[in-house]
Order: sequence, then C-alpha cells, then structure tokens
Amino acid sequence: MTRNTDARARHTGGRPRHVVVVGAGPAGLAAAAAALRAGARVTLLDASDRPGGQYHRMLPAAYEAEDNGRLHHGWDDFERLRTHVQSHPRAEWWPDSAVWALERPDDTTSAPHVHVLRGPADGTERYRSVLTPDALVLATGAHDRVLPFPGWQLPGVFTAGAAQALAKGERVVVGDEVVVAGSGPFLLPVAASLLEAGSDVLEVLEANPASTVLRGWSRRPWELAAQSGKAAELAEYTGLLARHRVPYRLGRAVIEARGDGRVEEVVTARLTADWTPVPGTERTVPVDALCVTHGFSPQLELPVAAGCALSEGFVQVDDAQRTTAPGVYAAGEITGIAGAPAARAEGLLAGWTAAGGDPSDRTVRDVVRRRDRGRAFAARLAAAHPIGTGWPGWLRPDTLICRCEETDYRTLRAAAEDPATGAPRAVKLGTRAGLGPCQARMCGPAVADLCARRAPDSAPAHDGLAPDRSVPERAVPGLASASHHRRPVAQPIRLGELAASPGRPPEEEGEHTDER
Amino acid sequence: MSPRIVPARTDAVRRRATPLTITVDGVPVPGADGQTVAGVLLAGGRLSWRSGPSGAPRGVFCGIGVCFDCLVTVNGERDVRACRRRACDGDVVTTQSREPGEER
Amino acid sequence: MRVVVVGAGIVGAACARELARAGLAVTVLDRGGPAAGTTAHGEGNILVSDKGPGPELELAKLSRSLWPEILDGLPNAGGVEWDPKGGIVVATTPEGARELEKFAESQRAAGVTAEALDAASLAAAEPHLTREVTAAVHYPDDAQVQPSGAATALLSDALRHGADLRTGCELIGVRTHDGYPDGSRDGASGERGGASSVWSVSRADGNRLTGVRTSQGVIDADLVVNAAGPWSGEVAARLGAPIDVRPRRGEVLVTAPLPPTVFHKVYDADYVGAVGSGSQDLQASTVIESTGAGTILIGSSRRQVGFDDRIRPFVLAELARKALRLYPSLAGVQVMRAYGGFRPYVPDHLPVIGPDPRLPGLWHATGHEGAGIGLSVGTARLLRELVTGAVPSLDPEPFRAGRPAVLGADACEGAA
Repeated sequence: MTRNTDARARHTGGRPRHVVVVGAGPAGLAAAAAALRAGARVTLLDASDRPGGQYHRMLPAAYEAEDNGRLHHGWDDFERLRTHVQSHPRAEWWPDSAVWALERPDDTTSAPHVHVLRGPADGTERYRSVLTPDALVLATGAHDRVLPFPGWQLPGVFTAGAAQALAKGERVVVGDEVVVAGSGPFLLPVAASLLEAGSDVLEVLEANPASTVLRGWSRRPWELAAQSGKAAELAEYTGLLARHRVPYRLGRAVIEARGDGRVEEVVTARLTADWTPVPGTERTVPVDALCVTHGFSPQLELPVAAGCALSEGFVQVDDAQRTTAPGVYAAGEITGIAGAPAARAEGLLAGWTAAGGDPSDRTVRDVVRRRDRGRAFAARLAAAHPIGTGWPGWLRPDTLICRCEETDYRTLRAAAEDPATGAPRAVKLGTRAGLGPCQARMCGPAVADLCARRAPDSAPAHDGLAPDRSVPERAVPGLASASHHRRPVAQPIRLGELAASPGRPPEEEGEHTDER
Repeated sequence: MSPRIVPARTDAVRRRATPLTITVDGVPVPGADGQTVAGVLLAGGRLSWRSGPSGAPRGVFCGIGVCFDCLVTVNGERDVRACRRRACDGDVVTTQSREPGEER
Repeated sequence: MRVVVVGAGIVGAACARELARAGLAVTVLDRGGPAAGTTAHGEGNILVSDKGPGPELELAKLSRSLWPEILDGLPNAGGVEWDPKGGIVVATTPEGARELEKFAESQRAAGVTAEALDAASLAAAEPHLTREVTAAVHYPDDAQVQPSGAATALLSDALRHGADLRTGCELIGVRTHDGYPDGSRDGASGERGGASSVWSVSRADGNRLTGVRTSQGVIDADLVVNAAGPWSGEVAARLGAPIDVRPRRGEVLVTAPLPPTVFHKVYDADYVGAVGSGSQDLQASTVIESTGAGTILIGSSRRQVGFDDRIRPFVLAELARKALRLYPSLAGVQVMRAYGGFRPYVPDHLPVIGPDPRLPGLWHATGHEGAGIGLSVGTARLLRELVTGAVPSLDPEPFRAGRPAVLGADACEGAA
C-alpha cells in the first residue's frame, strides 16, 4: 500500500506532500499516522506539550509515571501510535504550538497558511512561524458545553472536563463530596475518575428522562453492538458506579449552585422531558465541588477561519473527510460528537486522503466502515442525550449568561426583545455577552439560543425550538457572519509577538527546527 | 473540603514527585514538577484567585484553556491561563482582577 | 411623505430619526440587521482632530455639537457609552512635528480647539506613552461612542417616532411613476430599457420614484434615502442611478481587558495623511484608545481590496508594530480579537448628502469613509433640512451627489 500511494503523495517535483495536522488527540494522531503511511511529510501540532488530546491526556513527563495507562482505555494502542508518529523520519511533532490564525491564500485552490506560536502556553516570547502545507487536517476536538444556571460562576463549580483533565493530567482531585450532573455518557468516566482518586461521588444526574435515553440508545440495536469498544467502556463505568453505590438518576438536574465565595450546596430538581424544572421537586445537597456538562461544543474557530461550511453546528465533510474548503480536511469531534473510536477512524481517513491517498482504496475499506459506524453512534448519542428546550426555566433575571462580562439573563433578554437592538451582533456589542476573554467559547451557544427564541419576529411565548431569525444566513459580500465561532485571532497573541516577524519554517524533509 | 492531589506514594500510577515552589502574591506555595499553575494552586487548597468584573471570586472552570477564568500573572506576564501553563520552580505568580483600576 | 431609508447602520438610523421626528412616514430596511455592517466594525470615533479646514470639518463640528443634545433626549443612551475623553495627536519625528503644528494651526483658524502639549503635560495626560515624542496636540472635543449602541439608540428613537423597521429585507429595484424600469414587473407601462444612461439624462416627472421593490414586496415611497454605506454603490446601481462609492477595508485589534493604561484617543500624526490618501496599498496609522470594558482598541488599517474580508496577519502585525512605537509597554498585552470592516469610500473623500440629479426622489447619505459614526447626526440634520426645505445648518453644495467624483466617469458622460 505504501509503495503504491507514495507516488500519489508526491508533488510533481518529487517532493512528498506536506500535511499539517492540528490537534494530537485520537483523530489528529490517527490522521498523522495515515498521512505518513500514504507517503506524506507530516507536521503534527498541538497546544499541549504532550500528545493525546483530552481523551488520552498524559501525565506530565516530570511525573515519570510507571503506569499512566491504568487511567485510560486503549492506552497500549495509543502508546504504539504516538511512538510511531513521534519517531517517524517524515514526521515533525510540534508541542506547545498554538495556531493563532489560519490565512486563506490569494490562490483560492490552496490550503490555508497556518500561523503558529511555539512556546509555553500564553508566554511572551513565543516563536512565530508560518506553515504553508499542501493539505491541512483539522482535528481540534471539543470542550464541555455547559448551560448557564444560577451560581455556575462560583469557585468549586467545574466542567466535567476540568475534573477529568485535572485527575488524568496531574492527579489533582477537585473535591471530596461531589455531584456530577448534566447530560451525556461523559458523566460516567468523570464520576469514575473521581472515585478512582478516592472522592465521594454523591450522585450522578442525567437531565434527560429514562424514556428519552432508552429511546435514543435502543434505536437499531445492531449498531450499538458494532460499537463494542465504546459499549464495554460504558458498561465498565456503570459497574464501578454500582460498586460504589453511586446513584445514577435520570430526569434530574442541578438547577442552582449556592455558597459564600465558593460552592457549598447545590439545588437539584426533577425535569420534564423538555428540561423544564418541576416545582416542588427541589432537593438541596451539600457539596464541596460540582462537575457539570451538558454535552460538547466543537472548537470551530479554525474550520471557520479556513472557510469550511458548517452543517447543524459541525464541520461539513464528505465521505473522504474533505471539508468544503480547498485542501482542508476535518476529523473527530468537530465533525460530530462520536467518541474516540470514531474520531480515530475519521482521522485515519482524513490523513490518508489529505496525503493524496485514494479514499476508495481497498485497504481503507475497513476504516470507512468504522467511520460510518461512528457516525451512526453520533446520531444515536444525539438522540439519547438532547438538550431540552425548557432549560431557561431554571434561569433567574440575575443569572449570569456570559461569565467573562457578567451579562445577566435580564439584560440579554431586554436587548434581544427590542427590535432595534435584537440582531445578534447588536446584542453582543450592546450587552458585551461573548466579548470577554473567552470570546464566547463558553456562552456563545446559550446566547445564540436565547436570542433566537427572543427574536422580535418570533411568536410571543414561544416555548418550543427557536425559530429562524428573519435575517438571512445567506452570505452578503463584506458582511461578516455573526457566528459565535468566528474568531480570526484563534488564540491570544501578545502585541510584541504579533509585531515580530515570523521565522521561516523548515523546508527540508526531516529537518527539525530548534525548540524554543 | 477542598481540592487535593493524590499523594505520589499511594498513587496507583507509580509516579515521582519532584518538589518545586512558586510564590502566589508573595506567599510560597509548594507543588510538584509537571503540575500546571492551576494544579499547584488547587492542590494547595486554593479554589479561587481571580475576580470577575463585579469583584466576585473565580477559579478554574473548564480546566483546558477555554474559559479564561483562571487567568494569572506569571513572572510579570499578564493573562496566563493557569490551567495550561506548567509551573516552574521559582515562578512569581500574582493574582488578577477585572475590577476597573484594581490590580494586586 | 413616505420615506424609505435603505440601511440600518448609524447613518440610516440617524436619518430615520431626523425624518421621523420631522413627521415623515419612515420605513427603514436592511438586508441584515440593525448596526450589523460597517457600524459594528468601527471604533466609534467622533473626531474633529483628523480633519483639516473645509466642508468635512464643518460637518464634524455640527455633528459634535449635536451629539450631546441628542443623547440627552434618548432614554436608552446608556448603551451609547458616550465618552468625551478628548484626543491627543503625537508626532515622533521632526518633520512630523512641523506638519502637525502647521495642521493644528490651520484647524485653530477654523475654530477647532487644538492645544499644544509640552512634554510634562503630555506625560501627565498619558503616562505610558513613549517619551520619544516631538510634538503633541490635545483636541478636547474628540469623543467616543460604542457605535452599535449609538446606532441602535438612534434607531430606537426613530421607531418611537413612528418609523417602521424591516430587517432581512433586501432592496431589489425601483418603481417609478411609469412602472418598473428594469422591466421585471409591469413592464408594459414602465419599460425603459433599464440602462442607467436613460436616467442620467432624464428629469421628467414620469421618472419620479414612487416606491422600491424589495425581497418583502413593493414599498411605496416618495423619497428613498440611500444610507447603505459601502454597499450604497450597489444600492444606487439597483435603483438605476450608480454612484462611485467603494469599500475600503480597515482592521482593528482588541486587547484583553487590562487596568487603565490609555486615557485619551491617541493617534500617530500620520493618521491625517492616511485618511486623505487614495493609495490602494496598506496604510496603517495608529489610533489607540481604551474602552469602558478595559480593552484597548488598536486601529487602524486602510486597504482597497474590494469586499475581501479575510483578516490578514501581516496587516495585524503592522498595526501591532505601530502601536508599540507609541506604547512600548503594551508589548506583553494579549490581543484577544481582531475585526475588520468596510468603509464607504468616495474618491474625493467627502460624504455624499443630498438628492440624486438623475432620479427624482432618490437621495444619498453615504460616503463617510471612516468618519460615519461621528458625522451621522450632522448628516441626518442636514438631510432633514434639505428635505423639508429648512435653512441648512451648513453649505450642502460640497456634498452634492451630482459632483463628478460621485457620479464617476461612466455616469458623468450621460449627465454632461
């Protein structure tokens, strides 16, 4: 296979295609491996100093852990893959590399230029370089989506991903009396990590009722059997919860966190199927930490900067993982939330195609099958753990929606309801929701949801799904989209770094740049 | 009743703990080589170190560099995400505030 | 009289407000939403400092005097973030100092307050500014607004006075007394071939505009105000009376919030030269200021690239370099955002305010380039005076739509 495709992976000048892969999680690592296999030269970069992404977040090298693998699933395969990629003569591994901009070149058929800052996270004298690849694979992953609720800004309230990253990434435990709440299968590994580290998980709350979850999961059961790896992993977590006698309650949510300067207790309540809190079902639970997640938000600023079309909130890809942007491929959670096995399959296919491999090649048929199963799994996941439309029922007028700028629900609603100020961009500029340091990464989806359902032209007292704004989504030349994923400066860059001239990236195959 | 680190000697992953010390607003805080600044602060029992525009306390929320709630100043560099920056022995960390005109 | 204002940016909002207050039946239409285009992508400048003696300075002075009294009467003026902080223009070279002093002297002669600052008073006013300054002039009348908030406040006032707002409504063409000159509907009575030259030469009443065709149907109108900013050339063309208004790209950097560091609007003296230039290449003149949220805005570039809206790192880098020349201590500050927009640019750098000589009923309020936020209220006042036949606050002649720079070479052939 390698010999056959080497030819395809080469430029006319005989040089191998240069594939840049952004993100070294399951999808990115697989993409790098597949692109190498197809004969390409690969630069794999990640903001972290170690590969693995969030799923296989490694302990720091300085920990010299002898058994990092016991915290993970599929560790041996991951270790093999990353060792293979990191030691490959045609691969360069760029750790501590923040992609701060993607620049579409004047030649509209070429892949975007990748503007990178290399050095310690948020450093001041990081090294600026620009990569001009033949193909770009985006595998930037996702982060927790957390719906606002009263008190969610209190210290001691963490996203589920934070608890997981701290436990897996440096053995820090967020608390001893913890409630894990929200929606989705991710609640389970987070609870498992906390239990493994000796914390007391008081309860795990899934906001969707059993009927929704069962209906979602039981649809076409033969597909679930095909996702055996994921199913076994989930079964293991539920077993662990049962052994520790941790209640897993469906149709219940944390609707408020309370405390003086930190979380001290949470209020839980039963929800209707659409997530409207049921009055009279409130319970108060003393905690020292709350971990919450309502699903995942794909990190879309780079795909958007590259000009990739989105579809239903994710990057639109074809059967070969090609996006609508020339030379740009996407894999993993940015194309749909489907978990690590699906991300790996997508990564393999994306890397292979990006390197010039033929997606209909017999040797990738199995990968295509696994990718297709992953997509079916994603659909099932979405059906089993939807976000109910009734969640604003737990908001109060003074509930913060934008954590950075402390924009509350009252302010946001007033702006959205006024015909003069209710357009998305005017709401943002007028209330500052989404204009703070996180640049709408946290509040963006909630603000968009709340504004859409408060649109002046929507029917009053509309309780269902938000209707479309009357403002057309169709592109107007020169009129920038108001999408909350639009961040041309994708990561903060210090003025001094921006003012510095970028260094030349190495042109020669196998040459390694100096680390700074 | 606060965050903690799993002690290296009982940690099933069998790891080392090479000590380091950073200062936070002038106070020495011990940690282990490889930890993030946020990890050192949390393991030291501290849940918050920044304040929002209203002055309300904030600490780690997302833990993976997305929410920007854990920003600190490290060796004079403002706006460093504590959850993403590895602590180095001797780092001088100062806390930040969003309240206008207030800076510690 | 029924008026359609095309564009719900700040100029359209200001015009709608004045005309609604004058008792006219106003409909504002925008194919996007209010303040979604150029207005939301500027810095909110209300400046006299960058304008030399001439008609634009007179319009700026009128506007500057109107802003406080307009905001006084607006119930939701809080979102406007009006801040009369004043501007300081600094030169960093001996030649720059001579140019700046000469420019300031000419402005003083035209009635602008322009106070030379010595090194000590400059250091007191802007303690973090470089000491490598050869001259500095303080303009106390320079002010700032949050542009989207200002536009929506003006628009709200228009709506309170009876104006109607239609968003997601795109202008498609014109209806005249004779019908639809582009032949799209009702062609038998109004078919005139659709060529703009027909309109350029004709003044007949039969060509008087009676409405506009939009994506939401025909809207009756006796008067249409083209306030579509950089898109007003396209709007005018759709109405059969093309004007030469082009987009000119500008980018702004936004830093993370930080403790107060910049207290005025601070400009590099070469700002003046860049505004007046017609060059197509990148020009970047530093404009630095803080906002109420604690961020610092760093502008601003000027490029003619059509509607190419790519944010270009080399442009951002140039802005950063020039900003650090003035404020070296900002080197460690995080840039968290960059945005860009398109300014409506007319080759002779003057706004277009007044009736179109080719199509009775069509009026223009556009071409303000980077000064539209500040000039919006003066433009609207002048427009109202011209529409209602009142004595104009200033001479409208320099802004007339019929001048060659506006009609362009093609359009002028017919009009000549």
